[in-house]
Amino acid sequence: MIALLTRDLRLAIRAGGGFGLGLAFFLIVVVLVPFGVGPETTLLARIAPGILWVGALLACLLSLDRIFALDWEDGSLDLLATAPLPMEGIVTVKAAAHWITTGLPLVLAAPALGLLLSLPGPGYLWLFLSLLIGTPALSVIGTFGAALTVGLKRGGLLLSLLVLPLYVPTLIFGAEVARRGADGLAVETPLLMLAGLSFGAVALLPFASAAVLRINLR
Amino acid sequence: MSLWEYANPVKFIATTDRVLPALAWAAAGCLAAGLIWGFFFTPDDFRQGSTVKIIYLHVPSALMAINGWLMMLVASLIWIVRRHHVSALAARAAAPVGATMTVIALATGAIWGQPMWGTYWAWDPRLTSFLILFLFYLGYMALWAAIENDDTAADLTSILCLVGSVFALLSRYAVNFWNQGLHQGASLSLDKEENVADVFWYPLLVSIAGFVLLFIALVFLRTQTEIRARRMRALLARERMA
Repeated sequence: MIALLTRDLRLAIRAGGGFGLGLAFFLIVVVLVPFGVGPETTLLARIAPGILWVGALLACLLSLDRIFALDWEDGSLDLLATAPLPMEGIVTVKAAAHWITTGLPLVLAAPALGLLLSLPGPGYLWLFLSLLIGTPALSVIGTFGAALTVGLKRGGLLLSLLVLPLYVPTLIFGAEVARRGADGLAVETPLLMLAGLSFGAVALLPFASAAVLRINLR
Repeated sequence: MSLWEYANPVKFIATTDRVLPALAWAAAGCLAAGLIWGFFFTPDDFRQGSTVKIIYLHVPSALMAINGWLMMLVASLIWIVRRHHVSALAARAAAPVGATMTVIALATGAIWGQPMWGTYWAWDPRLTSFLILFLFYLGYMALWAAIENDDTAADLTSILCLVGSVFALLSRYAVNFWNQGLHQGASLSLDKEENVADVFWYPLLVSIAGFVLLFIALVFLRTQTEIRARRMRALLARERMA
C-alpha cells in the first residue's frame, strides 16, 4: 500500500501529473470573485468563508478524473486489480494520494487566500480546521465518482453531475463552521457534524468505490 | 405462486398487459374526480383564497417524487441481490417519471409560493432538498444513458442509487440545519391532532390515489418498453451474427 502511495505521489508531482493545477484554479476563483461582486471589504469579508469553501470544492472536482483515468488507459489498473492488495485498499490509497496532492495544498493555501478576501481574524483557524477535516470527505466521495465513470470516453462532465449532489452535506457543514468561526459564534455542532460525515465517508465509501471499480474492470 | 414469478419478462409483460388498461382508467378516473372535486367543489381557504387548490397537484406529485426514488432503491436492491433484469429495467423506467414528478412539485410550489410568500423561490430546507433530489435523478439517468453495456449500467446505477439515497437523506437533514424554512410543517400525517380540514382532505386523498396509480401505470408501461427494446437489440445482434 505504501509503495502504491509513493508511486502515485511521485507520478502526480513529476511531469504531467497535474500537481498544482487545482491550487492554481483555487487561486483564480478567489481572485475572480472580487471582480464579480465589487471590492468592498465588508461584503467580501462576509462571503469569504463560503467562497473559499466553494473554491476548494471546485478545485477538488477539477482533478477527480485523474484519479483513475491514467491508470485505466495504460492498463496498470488491471495489474493493480490482480495484485494481492484488496480493491478496497487500492481505492483508499488512491483517495489518500488525491487528498495529499490536491486537498492538502488547498487546505494550506486557504488561509493565505483568505487574506485576499479580508477574512475576519478569528475565521482563519476555523477555515483551516474545517477544510482540514472536510477535504478528505471530498476526496473519498470524488474517488467514488471517478470509479463510476472510469471507463467512459467523456466522463468528465458526467462525473461533475454525479459528484456535486454528493458534495452538498459536506459543503453545508464545512462552510457553516467557517462562517460561524469568522463571525465569532460557537462552531462545535457543525464541526462535529462535519467530522462525523468525513470519518463516516472515509470508513464506508471505499467499499462502494471498490465494488464499482470491480464492475468496471469486469 | 410467488412475487418472483414476475422476474420472468414474459410473465411480467403478460400480467402487466392485462392490468394496465384497468390501472390507466383507474388513474384517469381518480385524477379527474380528485382534481375536479378539488378545483370546483371545495370552498376557498379564508386566508389563502383559491390558491389553496394548488395543493391537489403539489402534494401528490411531491409524494410520488420521493416514493419514486424509494421504489428505485428497492428495485436496485433486488437487482443487486437477486439479479432479475426486470427489476433493473423497472428502476430505469421509474427514473424519468420520478424526475417529472419532482419538476411538477417544484413548479407548482413556485407558483403557490409567489402569492403566499411573495417569492417564487426561497432557500428553504424542503425546497432545497427537492432541488437536490432532482439533481440525483438527473445524475442517475445520465449514468444509465452513458454506459453501453446493459449489465454494467444496471450494476453501476444501482450502486449509485444506494449511495445517493444515503447522501440524499444526509442532505435533507443538513439543509434543515443550514436554514430555517418558510414551508409549513407536515399537516397530512395520519397520527397528528391538527391536520388539514376534511373538506380539503378527501379530494386530496382521491388525487393522491390518482397520482399513485398514474405512477404505477407509467412505470409498468415504460418497463415493458425497456424489455421490448432490449429484446429487439438482442434479435438484431443475432441477425448480424448469422
